[in-house]
Amino acid sequence: MDHIPILKLRDFLLVTIQVDMHDRLAMQLQDDLTARISETGARGVLMDISSLDIVDSFIGRMIANIAAMARVLDAETVVVGMQPAVAITLVELGLTLPGVRTALNVDKGMALLESATREIGDSPAADAGHTE
Amino acid sequence: MSAATDAVIPRILKAHEADLLDEWLREQASAFRPGSKISENELRGQAREFLSLLQQATQSGNITDIKGPSYGRVRDMLGDVTRSRGLQGFSPSETAIFVFSLKRPLFDRIRTELATDPESLAMVTWSASELLDKLGLYTTEVHQKSREEVITRQQAELLELSTPVVKLWDGILALPMIGTLDSARTQIVMESLLARIVETGAEIAIIDITGVPTVDTLTAQHLLKTVTAARLMGADCIISGIRPQIAQTIVHLGVDLSGVITKATLADALRRALEMRGQRDRLLKPRG
Repeated sequence: MDHIPILKLRDFLLVTIQVDMHDRLAMQLQDDLTARISETGARGVLMDISSLDIVDSFIGRMIANIAAMARVLDAETVVVGMQPAVAITLVELGLTLPGVRTALNVDKGMALLESATREIGDSPAADAGHTE
Repeated sequence: MSAATDAVIPRILKAHEADLLDEWLREQASAFRPGSKISENELRGQAREFLSLLQQATQSGNITDIKGPSYGRVRDMLGDVTRSRGLQGFSPSETAIFVFSLKRPLFDRIRTELATDPESLAMVTWSASELLDKLGLYTTEVHQKSREEVITRQQAELLELSTPVVKLWDGILALPMIGTLDSARTQIVMESLLARIVETGAEIAIIDITGVPTVDTLTAQHLLKTVTAARLMGADCIISGIRPQIAQTIVHLGVDLSGVITKATLADALRRALEMRGQRDRLLKPRG
C-alpha cells in the first residue's frame, strides 16, 4: 500500500502530493494525516498539490474534508499551488472549498501559515488569510 | 416526366446559346442599378460559362436535382461567382438575379419551341422554373454561408484581442473586460487570467468590467466562478468598474456578490490592492 509522505517541519506538517491521487490513496492520506496531527500536535498543515493535474469530485471533497478535520484538531490548513485546470474543475463541480486557505506556492503558503497561527495566538481580529 | 420533355431544355440551351446569352445579359443589365459593380466583359464571361455548364449538366437527363453529381461543376462555378460578388459588396438578391434573370429568355425559347404542345410546354416550363429557382436559392445559401464565415472569423479574432491580462503593479494583475460576456468568452478569460496568475505569481487580480455593457445573472455567475477559481489557486480578486446602473441591476437580480471585494473604479481597486499587499507584507514580516 502506497503512502503519501508527511514531513514535519517545525510546528507544521508538509504534505506534497506528487503522484496521481486515487481514491484509496486519498483515504490513506486522511488517516495518516489526522494521526500525525494528534501525535505531533502540529499547528498547521501545508498541502502542496502543484503536481496534481486531474481532480474529480471525490478528491475535491477529500481535500475539503482533510482541511476540516485538521481544523477540528486545531491545525490550520493551507492548500498551495493549485493548477488552473484543477481550480476550474473544482468550481464547475461546485466545490469551492470554503474555509480552506490557499496560496500560490509553498513559500507564500508557509508565510501565510506562520502568520495565521501567530495571529491566533496574538490578535484574533486581524485577518490575513484568503478564507471566505 | 418523359425522356422527350427532359431533353427539351438541354436542346434549347445548346441550339440557342448565343441568343440566350445576349437576351439574358440585357435582362441582367436592366435589373442592375446604373454604375454596376461588375464589368460587362466579366459578366458575359460568367454568363457564358454558366450556360455551357448548365447545358452539360442538364444533358445527363437530371433536370431538377441540383445536388446530384452532374451539377458539381455548376455548383462550384456558382459558388465562386457568389463568393466573389459577396466580396464586391453585392446583396444576396443582386446575386440571385444573376440566375433568376435567365428565366424570361429561357421560357420564351421554350414557348416558341413547344407552341403546338401545351401539355409538354407546361411541364417543361415547370421543370425549368424549378431548376432555376433551386440554383438561385443555392447562390443565396452560399452568399449567407460566406458571410457567416466572415463573422465567425471576426468573432474569433475579437475574442483573442479582447482578453488582455496586464500586470499593473508588482504582484497585481488587471483584466479589463470589454464587450458582452458569454460562456465561451468567460471560459477564455478565466483560463488566461489563471494562467497569468501562475506565470507571474501575482496575489491580487483586478477584474475591471467598465467595458461590459450589461450584467445579467449568467454574467454575474461567470464572474463569481472566475473569482472562486482564482481564490482556490491562492489569489484574491477585486471586481471594479461597476457603473451605477449595473450596481442597481445586480441588486435587483438578487445576485450575491458579498463574498467578493467590489469597487467603483479601477483606481479605487488599485488603491485597495496596494493596501492589501502592504497589510500582507506587514503580517508576513518575521516577528522581531
